[in-house]
Amino acid sequence: MIDQVPVSYYLLLGAILFAIGAGGVLIRQNVIVILMCVEMMMNAVNLTFLAFSRYLESATGQIFVFMIMAVAAVEVAIGLALLVELNRHKPAVNVDEINSLKG
Amino acid sequence: MFGQTLFFILAAIAIGAALGVIFNKNLVHSALCLLLNFGVLAVLFVMLNAQFLGIVQVLVYAGAIVVLFLFVVMLLGAELGERVTTWLTLRNIIFVGLSLVLLTFVGTAVFENFIYGAKGNFTPEAVQQVGQVQLVGTVLFTDYVLSFQMVGVLLSVGVIGVIWLAQHLEKGKMGREKSQ
Repeated sequence: MIDQVPVSYYLLLGAILFAIGAGGVLIRQNVIVILMCVEMMMNAVNLTFLAFSRYLESATGQIFVFMIMAVAAVEVAIGLALLVELNRHKPAVNVDEINSLKG
Repeated sequence: MFGQTLFFILAAIAIGAALGVIFNKNLVHSALCLLLNFGVLAVLFVMLNAQFLGIVQVLVYAGAIVVLFLFVVMLLGAELGERVTTWLTLRNIIFVGLSLVLLTFVGTAVFENFIYGAKGNFTPEAVQQVGQVQLVGTVLFTDYVLSFQMVGVLLSVGVIGVIWLAQHLEKGKMGREKSQ
């Protein structure tokens, strides 16, 4: 059942999800949605890793995915903590309005 | 045949949910679409002989990250942060074109330089015999034990950083209260 799906289908799905995530990062200006799209891109990369892991019958890809999941969890925790902190000083979730560091 | 049909249904749901994350005006709906996307990907992970990571995907992404997103959206009251009247602006069309170019590049890179390597011993038969978690655990705690420890360090740094940020935030609030 599993072997009937060629590995290239999974790779194509991963590429499509990555491109959708990148498009979302460009199109939306809301910080929270941008973080969500970054998570989606990471997940697309995870899918590609696992497709190659399945194709090459090696467990290394799964270890990589494990590490990426840990990094994604830390990234989203710190990103959202920074966002809440930022919101105390200036209520804005639009990236175009967050320009206090602009000279 | 059944596997392919299942794959196409799941792929369609995943792509639809990914588009839903971008094109929903309400952030709560975006977060729920993200949850659907992660759930579908967990099923795909199981189909790819990675049952352990499918469970971890549900626990970490769907369980922790989406809840964190929903929590922050509710906390900031930012459900309708962006007033979007139309998606069909010149800027957005250019960005969609750019992501299509990216898709072409990624697709070409993957298919032109397809990796042909020596096959390992992580076959479905071996997984059935020994157990998936045991096989992944053996590799994780022998060949990759250093990177496993590094992930522990990274998580500690993340926890300390978030605690510091929260403490800082509390101090700022107290300072404001005193000045009032």
